[in-house]
Amino acid sequence: MSYIATIGRFFIGFFASTGRLSVFTFHGLVAVFAPPLYPRIVLQQIMRIGYYSLPVVALTSFFTGGVLALQIYYGGNQFNSEAIVATIVALGITRELGPVLGGLMVAGRVSAAIAAEIGTMRVTEQIDALTTLSTDPFKYLVAPRLIAATICMPILAFVADVIGVFGGYTVGTQSLGFNSAIYVQRTVNFLDITDITSGLIKASVFGFIIALLGCYHGYNSSGGAQGVGRATTNAVVSASILILAANYIMTSLLFAS
Amino acid sequence: MITLKNIEKSFGAKQVLRGVSLDIEKGQSVVIIGGSGSGKSVLLKNILGLMKPDRGEIIIDGINTVGLSRSARSKIDARIGMLFQNGALFDSLTVWQNVAFSDIQTRGIGQDEARIIASEALRRVDLKDDVLDLYPAALSGGTHKRVGLARAISAKPDIIFFDEPTTGLDPIMTDVINQLIVDCVKDLGATTLTITHDMTSVRAIADVTAFLYEGQFIWTGNRDALESNDNPYLRQFMEGLPEGPIRVEGATA
Repeated sequence: MSYIATIGRFFIGFFASTGRLSVFTFHGLVAVFAPPLYPRIVLQQIMRIGYYSLPVVALTSFFTGGVLALQIYYGGNQFNSEAIVATIVALGITRELGPVLGGLMVAGRVSAAIAAEIGTMRVTEQIDALTTLSTDPFKYLVAPRLIAATICMPILAFVADVIGVFGGYTVGTQSLGFNSAIYVQRTVNFLDITDITSGLIKASVFGFIIALLGCYHGYNSSGGAQGVGRATTNAVVSASILILAANYIMTSLLFAS
Repeated sequence: MITLKNIEKSFGAKQVLRGVSLDIEKGQSVVIIGGSGSGKSVLLKNILGLMKPDRGEIIIDGINTVGLSRSARSKIDARIGMLFQNGALFDSLTVWQNVAFSDIQTRGIGQDEARIIASEALRRVDLKDDVLDLYPAALSGGTHKRVGLARAISAKPDIIFFDEPTTGLDPIMTDVINQLIVDCVKDLGATTLTITHDMTSVRAIADVTAFLYEGQFIWTGNRDALESNDNPYLRQFMEGLPEGPIRVEGATA
């Protein structure tokens, strides 16, 4: 009997959490589209979320592009198909690895930072203070972060695409002995504009997820420093899982046709 | 001006407020005292609209505020100032931006004018312009409280709430903050509600004192009645005795 009760509790808890997140998302979206907006805070968040994430995303994508080139080369070597390295690196980076790895790295950096900041504001009554000062916390805290992350992530993904492909090119030409002109030609010839745009669309959704879960866990944190720590961890874990799940669903939809 | 009618609030099975009623006249300074866990902070959050009571009415100037949306009660909020227990200053903003927050965000006042307004509010709490550009992390506990007080009074509200205004301060700073509260309130002619367990503050600030015990007011009276009261619960609280009708968790028999 207790076994059934445990399963029941799990599902009730799951649906309750999903419901709370859905309501939070609705309020967040209303805050994004209803005035007043805070352009100065949106710009600040664009700097924090986008600009300061550039080094992390650039390094991650460069090495990923390089490793991808090596793996495809060694794998393709067994079937005498080393020539596909440039094409597969370009497709892999633009379609999947640029947006997904970039999203996961930004989730680790930005979701945690948002959850910690808003969580600290919650436990030190700063969010209550905002409310008593006639300022809607959703408009002042949540909406600017949602807007900034949704704008910044496609830009970061595009940067990741360029640097990732460059990482593959560097390893391909410097270490694997490919001719530079041929490598570039094979990259460009087989790369379609939809490969890039599909990755950027995904990245935009990932940006929304990253900011949403950072805000959600921070906003609902309680219990002092320990509660803020828990919110930070939950934000990163749930954002990462949701990014991977959303990636699967969007890939199914975008490439089904 | 403010009327509380049979406020009840529970968290799960725990009933925190059990039918709290109180009338606060215009210009009156009312202090709610009570031990930790007596429901003081929950009551204040209900009045501020940060929580919704399960039952009862909170009437401010003839309007029942229970269940009003934030936008519907924005006119009332604009007339309210609030000093939080730990100041609740915004970490990411400087002192003057904190003090002028509602001027900039809700009244649309420009940065230069808002800075002048903030400077005036800070002078009222005996702070000079050299703190204007500091961040809250650089302030001492007493200065933190003063900046919080300056933010609470900067919009010249006619209702001010104080949540444990002297908690964590040394006796001298406690006296200074109490006197600042009395002076500011007198200047503004505001109605105030303070919650505290500090009897020094009660004696300095209160026109009327209400004693909250286990979610109910069990004693209410003016300054003279407070000193001469013979309520055993209130006497134990005022004298800080571990033995008496108030059960203290963890106290030895």
